[in-house]
Amino acid sequence: MSAADFRTCPVTSLKIDPRGELLVKANAVVAVVSLLIGAIAAVLLVLTRWQAVHLLPAEWFYRILGVHGMSMLIFFIIFFEMAVLIFASTALLNARMVTPKLGWTAFALMLGGAVMVEVIMWAGKADVLFTSYVPLKADPLYYLGIILFAVGALLVCGLFFANLVVAKREQTYSGSLPLVVYGAVTAAIIAVITLLHGAAIYIPTFLWSLGLMEVDPQIYRLIWWGLGHSSQQINVAAMVAIWYMLGALTIGAVVLNEKISRSAFVLYILFISMASAHHLLVDPGMGSAWKIVNTSYFMYMAVLASMIHGFTVPAGMELGQRLRGIGTGLFGWLKQAPWGDPGFSSLVFSVVVFGFVGGITGVTIGTEQINIIVHNTLRVPGHFHATVVSGTAMAFMGATYYLIPLVFQRKVAFWGLAKIQPYLFAGGMFIFVMSMTFAGTFGVPRRHWDISFSQAPFDVAFNPAVDVLLAFVALGGLIAATGAFIFVAIAVKSVFFGEPIGTLVPGVAVRGLPQGITSPPRHAPDVDRRNEELHAPGQGWLGPAPGTMVLVFIFLAAFIVYFFVNWKVLSFVWKIG
Amino acid sequence: MLTETHTGLQSPKGNWWKPAHKSERVWVGIAFGWCMVLFAMMPLWQVKGGQNPSGIRRKVDPAAFYARTQEFIAQYRIGDDRGMPIVAPPPGSDIYLTAMSFQWTPILQLEQGKEYILHLSSLDVNHGFSLYPINVNFQVVPGYDYGLRVTPTAAGDFRIICNEFCGIGHHTMVGRVIVVDSTGNLPAQSGGI
Ligand code: HEM
Ligand SMILES: [Cu+2]
Ligand SMILES: [Cu+2]
Repeated sequence: MSAADFRTCPVTSLKIDPRGELLVKANAVVAVVSLLIGAIAAVLLVLTRWQAVHLLPAEWFYRILGVHGMSMLIFFIIFFEMAVLIFASTALLNARMVTPKLGWTAFALMLGGAVMVEVIMWAGKADVLFTSYVPLKADPLYYLGIILFAVGALLVCGLFFANLVVAKREQTYSGSLPLVVYGAVTAAIIAVITLLHGAAIYIPTFLWSLGLMEVDPQIYRLIWWGLGHSSQQINVAAMVAIWYMLGALTIGAVVLNEKISRSAFVLYILFISMASAHHLLVDPGMGSAWKIVNTSYFMYMAVLASMIHGFTVPAGMELGQRLRGIGTGLFGWLKQAPWGDPGFSSLVFSVVVFGFVGGITGVTIGTEQINIIVHNTLRVPGHFHATVVSGTAMAFMGATYYLIPLVFQRKVAFWGLAKIQPYLFAGGMFIFVMSMTFAGTFGVPRRHWDISFSQAPFDVAFNPAVDVLLAFVALGGLIAATGAFIFVAIAVKSVFFGEPIGTLVPGVAVRGLPQGITSPPRHAPDVDRRNEELHAPGQGWLGPAPGTMVLVFIFLAAFIVYFFVNWKVLSFVWKIG
Repeated sequence: MLTETHTGLQSPKGNWWKPAHKSERVWVGIAFGWCMVLFAMMPLWQVKGGQNPSGIRRKVDPAAFYARTQEFIAQYRIGDDRGMPIVAPPPGSDIYLTAMSFQWTPILQLEQGKEYILHLSSLDVNHGFSLYPINVNFQVVPGYDYGLRVTPTAAGDFRIICNEFCGIGHHTMVGRVIVVDSTGNLPAQSGGI
């Protein structure tokens, strides 16, 4: 293809292949539709778990719970990731989409599979929840749909690597891959590992559903979580890549040290496939040595990676601001940040909630023994709505506010709402997650239609506080769902009916465009001198990003307290061994 | 040694394998140390702690496990509650609890402060053993016998909630465990249901 077929992005001056861009658009649109389905399901779920309302009948509660899990965690997240992979391997590298036809084949497979799964679930032929633990059985077409979807996703990963190879060969960029693309590579490698686990479990299960072979329930859980949790690591890697991207676009975040950030990504790849263990800590199939080594991702090396990114991302933002002379004191850089830019506020909420809530709870409840007081209680969905929802989904939403002008070349519709959307989504989710987590500490089960146990043979009287907590789960959930609906409305309106961005005059604010687009952060001409000053030994060991240093120590203190409080609580229960 | 001033969207030029600033190294070191503490706690608790999910684990034929449970019931049955046998095994013995859609068989009556080996398994699908109100949870997998040494530390009238989705009657699946004190009684406030 000739250079003339590319368009030049007016903001980033990157050269963009429209054929890749079209694939990005298609995947992003399906992602948003899936989010809509998932969010409608979410409203029905919270209104049922709120015992005072108890909206759905039992059968529909479990059915919709399955729909919510699949639509959100699998379809929304993975379609969006496919868009990110194509975007990172073409647009960010000035590169071309190698075989667009194959890209469309993959897209068709994924879409076909997803539609199949949705139809079967809504028809009530797969009331097995998204984990479909054998021997609960769904219609064979359900498993087949997932297999088609996964094959499509695997193809996209292949195309991603093909794009990278061609970009390198055609020298569309000089030097090493940018860190954001490096993060995307990490996500793609993990995706391949994950999808292979997927094949290893869904193909036998499909055959089992046809009566052609046996599947052991414990082996199923082991390999299924090899898929189920590794896929969360795709989400983490993709999210961190987007953190670096949004930091750069919104406030010119710099990379503190390439070696450290890249090594942290490598740690993700090395230790990720061990992740299935923390779902099996109180299972009968595996021994303690296996559980301890695996649940800790080999001595918490993947946690170390996240703690590194949790420092380098905000520190890069802080340094970026300081290099441009913005803010004084410890936190001036944060106070004077563009809080009205939904890309920026999404980024901050994503980092903070993922780290402080998702990370701390996740490591703690994934500890071999502490899991005894956590497994299958509401603490579990409490935890992962802080990671994959408040972290990953929030980051993806923030990225969308930049993708709309950069890829779709439209203004962001309903701009006033867009500015508050991250506050609604993150704020609502925060209330939801905290209330769920507390309810879980009383032993309230997850995936449960009726904790008043009105049809059970023996009464169970939960602490009255639980009713209040479940009402707050509903309140937070409804606020967050409102945020999700606003996001869908903005995305659909902007993409299909949005105003073109028009010609941009740098420095002139335009309604509907984030400030990182209209006044992209630029270094001062004397940036090197400023950098030298900020790194001068006189700055002390707090270094060039002292505000972040203080924040991570607060984080560490919270982590230590939460971790040991849980050990203490554990020590009060029955002796078990 | 300076950090870079490029963003994550730009290609680093030349060799990027450079030493990090001291502040960054300090954080990586502290984080590493904390990860080691996180790790060490698990083997430590195996040795020193009172709660571990290790257990005695083996594969079992679901029907055989159910038959063993019935034998156990016949041996130690002391009564019924709502059609469910109440079983009072002697301390130190192997006790059996079968999960099936949608009930826990039988009702166990244990003594405070005494150790039992509790065998958990399922006759059909996965179930979740969740002891209410003390919030102790184990996965119950068909085909696997999970033998756990348990010592009830307080007397009371406990429930077993199923917390793994097992089908349309999942939310009705509640069992009962009675723990009596050394005089053979329930504490007054929790007596009877
Ligand atoms: C829009 C706001 C959202 C609300 C209000 C919400 C609410 C809920 C509720 C009430 C449950 C059921 C908990 C239970 O009873 O066990 C649930 C489960 C779940 N949610 Fe969400 N959710 C939201 C967004 C998301 C997103 C964006 C994702 C994924 C990216 C997600 C993934 C899941 C998963 C995987 C489950 C577990 C399903 C299962 O147990 O089978 N949720 N959510
Ligand atoms: Cu059950
Ligand atoms: Cu159940």
